[in-house]
Amino acid sequence: MTNRILLLTSLLLGLALASLPVRAAPPGIDHERNEIAIVMTQEPQWLNSIKATDQVSFIVLDHISEGLMTYNVDNQLIGGVAERWELTQERATFWLRKDARWSDGKPVTAHDFVFAWQQVANPANAAEYAFLMRAFPNGEAITKGEMPPESLGVEAIDDHTLVAHLVKPVAYFLELVTFISFRPVREDFFRQHGQRYAADPDKLLSNGPFIMTDWVHGASMRWEKNPHYWNREAINLDAINVPYMTEDPNARFNLYMDNRIAMATGLDSSATKMALRKRQNLRSFRDGSTFFIEFNHRDDRPTRNVNLRRAMQSVFDAGELTYKVIGLAGNLPAYTLFPDWLQGTDGRSLAEEYPPIMPELNDEKARAYLEAAKRELGLEEIPPLSLLLSDTPGSVKQAEYFQDVMRSKLGLDIRLDRQTFKQRLAKMTAGSFDLVAAGWGPDYNDAMTFADLFASWNLNNRGRYASAEYDDLVTRAQSTNDRALRNRLFGELQQVIFDDVVILPQYERGYIYVQSTEIEGVRRTRVGGDPNYNYARILERR
Amino acid sequence: MGTYIAKRLLSGIITIWFIATATFIGMHMVPGDPLMNDKAVTPEVRANLEKAYGLDKPLPVQYVIYLRNMLQGDFGISFTQQNRRVNDIIAEHFPVSATLGVLALLFAAIGGIAWGALTALYRNKLPDILIMFMVIICVSVPSFVFAALGQLAILQLNNLLGVSLLPVAGWGTFSHMLVPALVLGLGTMAYLTRLMRSSMLEVADMDYIRTARAKGLTPGRIFFKHQLRNAILPVVTVLGPSIAAITTGGFVVELVFAIPGLGRYFVQAVQQLDYTVIMGTTVFYGAFLVLMVIAVDILYGFIDPRIQVDKAVQ
Amino acid sequence: MQQILNPQADDFEPLSAASEREAIDRPSLSYWQDVWRRVRSNTRALASLYIVVGLLLFTLVGPVLWPVDPATQDLEQISQGPNLGLPALVIADEENVALLSLAEPGAATGTGLRVLGTPHSEGVNIAWDPVPGARAYQLYRHELFPSGDRDLGLPLVRVPAQSLSYLDRLGLETISYYYSVQPLFDDGTTGEYQTLEVSVEQAIRISDARERELGDGELTVGDSVRLEMHPLGTDYLGRDMLARLMWGARTSLFIGIVAPLIYVAIGLIYGGLSGYMGGRTDEVLMRFADFVIALPFLLFMILFKIAFGLGPGESGVMPMLVALVLLSWPATARLVRGQVLQLREESYISAARMMGASASYLVMRHMLPNLMGVLLVSLTFAIPTAIFIEAFLSFIGMGVVPPTPSWGSMCNDGIRTMLSHPHELIFPALFISVTVLAFNLLGDGLRDAMDSRLRGEQ
Repeated sequence: MTNRILLLTSLLLGLALASLPVRAAPPGIDHERNEIAIVMTQEPQWLNSIKATDQVSFIVLDHISEGLMTYNVDNQLIGGVAERWELTQERATFWLRKDARWSDGKPVTAHDFVFAWQQVANPANAAEYAFLMRAFPNGEAITKGEMPPESLGVEAIDDHTLVAHLVKPVAYFLELVTFISFRPVREDFFRQHGQRYAADPDKLLSNGPFIMTDWVHGASMRWEKNPHYWNREAINLDAINVPYMTEDPNARFNLYMDNRIAMATGLDSSATKMALRKRQNLRSFRDGSTFFIEFNHRDDRPTRNVNLRRAMQSVFDAGELTYKVIGLAGNLPAYTLFPDWLQGTDGRSLAEEYPPIMPELNDEKARAYLEAAKRELGLEEIPPLSLLLSDTPGSVKQAEYFQDVMRSKLGLDIRLDRQTFKQRLAKMTAGSFDLVAAGWGPDYNDAMTFADLFASWNLNNRGRYASAEYDDLVTRAQSTNDRALRNRLFGELQQVIFDDVVILPQYERGYIYVQSTEIEGVRRTRVGGDPNYNYARILERR
Repeated sequence: MGTYIAKRLLSGIITIWFIATATFIGMHMVPGDPLMNDKAVTPEVRANLEKAYGLDKPLPVQYVIYLRNMLQGDFGISFTQQNRRVNDIIAEHFPVSATLGVLALLFAAIGGIAWGALTALYRNKLPDILIMFMVIICVSVPSFVFAALGQLAILQLNNLLGVSLLPVAGWGTFSHMLVPALVLGLGTMAYLTRLMRSSMLEVADMDYIRTARAKGLTPGRIFFKHQLRNAILPVVTVLGPSIAAITTGGFVVELVFAIPGLGRYFVQAVQQLDYTVIMGTTVFYGAFLVLMVIAVDILYGFIDPRIQVDKAVQ
Repeated sequence: MQQILNPQADDFEPLSAASEREAIDRPSLSYWQDVWRRVRSNTRALASLYIVVGLLLFTLVGPVLWPVDPATQDLEQISQGPNLGLPALVIADEENVALLSLAEPGAATGTGLRVLGTPHSEGVNIAWDPVPGARAYQLYRHELFPSGDRDLGLPLVRVPAQSLSYLDRLGLETISYYYSVQPLFDDGTTGEYQTLEVSVEQAIRISDARERELGDGELTVGDSVRLEMHPLGTDYLGRDMLARLMWGARTSLFIGIVAPLIYVAIGLIYGGLSGYMGGRTDEVLMRFADFVIALPFLLFMILFKIAFGLGPGESGVMPMLVALVLLSWPATARLVRGQVLQLREESYISAARMMGASASYLVMRHMLPNLMGVLLVSLTFAIPTAIFIEAFLSFIGMGVVPPTPSWGSMCNDGIRTMLSHPHELIFPALFISVTVLAFNLLGDGLRDAMDSRLRGEQ
């Protein structure tokens, strides 16, 4: 009878093993086949460019699709599907390449863009980025379901000419169209697969440098060079494998050390130390996002009082947080909402043109502010304040530090409110917090992606900061293409944010990563999917 | 027998209904909003999303729809991966967890039986003490510590040998499964070792062993033919419940070794508040457990003539 | 029935002493005395008992003997290994606080790559000479001597050409670093790099030292003081590990002991009622218990844990406790019911019932004492399970909310720095292991001691 059980077990096991795809894991760099292997943090959630929202999907889509404009290896804006373009205050015109093709050989036409953009606006698709289509005439009415999607103010003059009419000037429109939501989608293919569009490799149509040829959900992907891509000469790799998906930075680093992947990003202090001991080639990269403590400015919250916020500003040391508490190279202490990579005029950066204002750290002054706050609020003591945070280890550590600083320097009782991703979002939106640890990453390569964040009409302004002065500055910056003027307005916004202590800037996020010395041409980017391997090249073995 | 099976299946179905209801209630108690994302959406978009998922209907209606779809074997569409059906997700990820679980159980069973026999053979001598010491460690160290150490050990081994003997993480081939399964099986192995040891010692005192010895059988024959065979029985009986526990308990190992199993998917779904995936996974696992238990009970009826299942219940 | 008594006079005569001579006697032991005797003779169980008592002392008395606040952060001593008080250099408050200080010409002697001032854990001020044509400088920091320009270490910062110094404050440890600076030219090429070895000394700002009352008497800049002692080291925010382990024990043992206590009690009442009532009630009650048992445990644990939701400042211990109780009681209920059903048939129960014993008498006098043994054993085994569950939930990020420490969450924090700071993992893991082990062995010992089959055996 024991034998029978054993037989049964081995039978079960055999069945299970037989059902698995048996495939040897590729090495990180395969010189013979001209392929590399990389890791992703998780499964791409949604490879439909109309609806994609997550970083991993952005990475994949940036390899398998291409917009009107794109970036070269040095992150300079170049034509993608568009060969020529013209941007005025009223409209943008794009002349498409005749040799741009889908992976089934058919040409990419202006109609594919028009269709895609209409679908983004179409309320039936409930795309989160539908608001981007408000740049075009009727866009807002369409997203509200008041007009049909076909009425979007974007037209295909012919197969290779696209005209996008603009409601108001969009200085950064050429940068904006590199964004995922502006990618082309071919109507017949989209309709053919309906709900299941982009769910599997055979339900995906690419016009980018690579084609997804294999996708085992949650486990692996393989992208092969697209033979129909117009610029295929510039693509060096024959294939990119994604044999692993893990959010564990230690696992990623271990995979790298085992030569299973070409690059491992997001090293923590322990992995960094190991990498140093093993003499690995370390690099750093800032992903362009800023992290800050956002205050709740609603009327029923003590944090509506500017003196309370000033008191916190006067004791919070972003440098100490970044260097000692986070303690990972690559991060930069932040003193403003605008990260230091934003462009200014005349080749200078915005930060050089309008340097961030450093708060004066002064405990005495802080206590004076606190007293003033108590008086103005009519309170004997400031009640306990809740600090909403996500459940990632890093944010917990930073919040514990913040809590201790406020307790020891101001006697404030900060209560940590740790929530899972969706619960935190729900609380943020409902406004049930006093402070929230938040961050913002750029959607496009322009300061406006940060600047309008605290405009009173912005739904992402979860603390409901409302200031006529702020709104006015944003509106003025939105209605001109004059770079110098816009930058001056951004400089003024920066001053308002500081004076009003709209937020407490903490740090600009950076990473330490290891990358094999046998490849080059990996593009790191702050907007869109990062990293990008389109132009990566395997070097000769040294 | 037929009526017995029918009866068990009926009660199984009621149990699954209970699990489904408990999941539905539990999940809707979770504060938070499954439709929210990093960037805020306009009220119109939100209303459309709610309609697409049927969240605009009152809860009792949602419950009825949910049960009706479930009866038809349809768990709906994932909230986070909106072009994938929960059925597909389960169909793709459960075999991975199951394979890992079965393999881990195999390790645990073989290791537990062998070690347990060994300890009994060398009772209170050095091998016994050493093995029992290891068993104690396996029982008392949290599994995530083992998982992290296991991965590190592979890396060190590979670096030492200069070749990639075993993969550090990932899934696909048998070599990928080896260490994760071993780590996953450690706890059960320790438990089985203890069980086997006491079972062996109990059998050793039995009259038939004394008789065999008196008959002049060789110690080896006594050990294998009489002692081991009889001692294995109680160990085998706990394998059934163990497999369910191991299969659903693989979260940690799946997380550390980047294995695309259902457990890891579930943790992600909870964090993302992916209603349909949470419900689908829980109900599926619940049903799996219930059916496993029924299957094991019925199987015993065939295996061991001393157990008469249909009578035992009445 | 009528009793027939016919006493005779000699019935009232005292017995002679001789009639007791043949009695075989041993001290009369109550059940619990017997159990205690057996546990005492079991070395492993006894040792475990001592460990359990020790753990309770550690938890309850520990914080009195080691009155260090587990929440006090010390950013001067992040992730320090076990020590008995590190020596530290007292430095001025304003030293090395500038964010990006420009080197003043001639401010420091020497040429090439050099350190301005004293290099210490609060900052290392690195300065270098200008390289003609350089657009910017890239500064690196290594822990080993660089072997080439691809092995310069951690890229710290890229500074524009007009800056010739950089104040490094990034996670400085008291070891030797190799700083390298490499000029970057306009055409994208890099120049020769220079390397400098710098030994970093532990330092403390004078106002901090005064506030924390370190050293004796008047402190001046340049003095050396001894920092607070951390026998088990510090964690990622410089908090004392020993104190955190003591306070963490409160969380872990609270969940570990209180949750099983509650659910064993519920199981006792539920199972007892079910078994005692029998019949239809029993069937309905047990069917419900079976339903709850059928729920996939870990999945529901996670679901319930987050379903209860947490407000700001709440540690999350209660939701975990409730979830654990909600899912765990049926096992005990089943066990108790089985026992009660068995006991009901015992002859002494029938005898007592026949003699007119009330229900409460039966329960209190016969049922409960006989159930105690089984309950105690299952309780002892439930404790390690609960502690493991707490650790597991912490590992997947759904455990107790910081700053409340718990062994599970400390383990989870420690596992990330396993290689660089092993003490942050080893100590909490050790405490979990020892506790789990002690309760398991104690459970084994208790079970053996209470097993009636073995009773009477020496």
